[in-house]
Amino acid sequence: MNYHWNWGIFWQTSPDGTYTYFQTLVLGTRWTLATALSAWVIALSVGSIIGVLRTTPRPWLVRFGDAYVELFRNIPLLVQMFLWYFVLPELVPQSIGTWLKQLPNASFFTAVVALGFYTSSRVAEQVRAGINSLPRGQRFAGLALGLTLPQTYRYVLLPMGFRIILPPLTSEFLNIIKNSSVALTIGLMELTARARAMQEFSFQVFEAFTVATIIYILINIMVTFGMAYLERFVAVPGFIGKQRAAPVVTH
Amino acid sequence: MFSNFDFDVIVRSLSYLFWDGMTFTLMLTALATTGGIIFGTMLAMMRLSGVPPLSLLAAGYVNLMRSVPLVLMIFWFYFLVPYIGQWVTGASAPIRVGAFTSSLVTFTLFEAAFFCEIMRAGIQSIPRGQIAAAYALGMNYRLTMSEIVLPQAFRNMIPVLLTQTIILFQDTSLVYVLSITDFLGAASKVAQRDGRLVEMYLFAALVYFLISLLASRAVRRLQQRVAIIL
Repeated sequence: MNYHWNWGIFWQTSPDGTYTYFQTLVLGTRWTLATALSAWVIALSVGSIIGVLRTTPRPWLVRFGDAYVELFRNIPLLVQMFLWYFVLPELVPQSIGTWLKQLPNASFFTAVVALGFYTSSRVAEQVRAGINSLPRGQRFAGLALGLTLPQTYRYVLLPMGFRIILPPLTSEFLNIIKNSSVALTIGLMELTARARAMQEFSFQVFEAFTVATIIYILINIMVTFGMAYLERFVAVPGFIGKQRAAPVVTH
Repeated sequence: MFSNFDFDVIVRSLSYLFWDGMTFTLMLTALATTGGIIFGTMLAMMRLSGVPPLSLLAAGYVNLMRSVPLVLMIFWFYFLVPYIGQWVTGASAPIRVGAFTSSLVTFTLFEAAFFCEIMRAGIQSIPRGQIAAAYALGMNYRLTMSEIVLPQAFRNMIPVLLTQTIILFQDTSLVYVLSITDFLGAASKVAQRDGRLVEMYLFAALVYFLISLLASRAVRRLQQRVAIIL
């Protein structure tokens, strides 16, 4: 290997003149987290609604939910980002399109929306699976007690359903953090993009990528531990939660 | 809204999109799936071997691959593969590696981690009694695995493996970050050359959507067919 290692590079000032290379990576990490967390808000709320719709007794709601999931699951995330970023402003009325294009931090908002809706289809799958894994009797009992359908969901099905799907939701949350790196294609300067930029300016490829990799691993570990804690915290005694979360990530 | 929609740009570039672009995408998907399943199965056997260094190594590899974004891994291997090639061939300088080889290595090694987890679940789905029976019949580890465990594990996991392949097919679009002409890369090059972003990206989305949708439908049908009831 005739690669010239230089770990001191991180303390040198980057071409932007203000920050050291290490600081640019930290800034990138902040963008990664900001993007992932904001997108997660969309993913969880929209995904829960769609997931619930797919378990209701109304066929047209189920069909709508199914179509939604198929639409967002079968188009690659990168293509979806391009659709939101390049195509949407052209398809809406011109004044709105211009406004969209001139939005400050447009790539951030686009990434949040694209990532949020993309992940919402995966969350919807999990929510549906969680609700369907409950014994049918729970729904019937709720309705028989005189609860309305929304009340049955609110007080009977969802509290248990969400607890059941906490481990797969953890995976989806980890995925959304990792997938936020796709936003570098529309110009968001998140962690991977910063590492890439550092490599281009300093030619220290492997140092830049090593540190980015370590940061991603640390985020992963923290999320995994945090979610394991949350799981124990919300566990219903005597029900699930006895078996600790089988570790994590599916694709 | 669609009044100045230029269908002609799609028709004109069809051969470029599918002949240059989609061929690359499908070749990459097929080869990376094959390589990924082979390597992933080996990793799964290492993880389940009960030999601490082997299983730790495999577990570490899988966890590493799964906690890092694919985009970052594509960059990693893009720069790393020339050095690996130099090390393997004993050349004096980092060797030149084409875009296809680089992305093939990336996707094979990256997806192997996911195929490993699938195959691990598959191997664990085989009742322990069968393995004990095979050993009792005097079969060694290699025979037990190749004749008893893996064929069943593989068959049980075919739907999941294929679903993962569909995900892989969608993921290959990320080679865009290396400016490679896969299907999306081809679409985006035409889009930028002719200033027709709307048409090209919508068309690309439609093609990806149809292929993935039809493939996942087919997998679902297959799933009902091949399921072994133990």
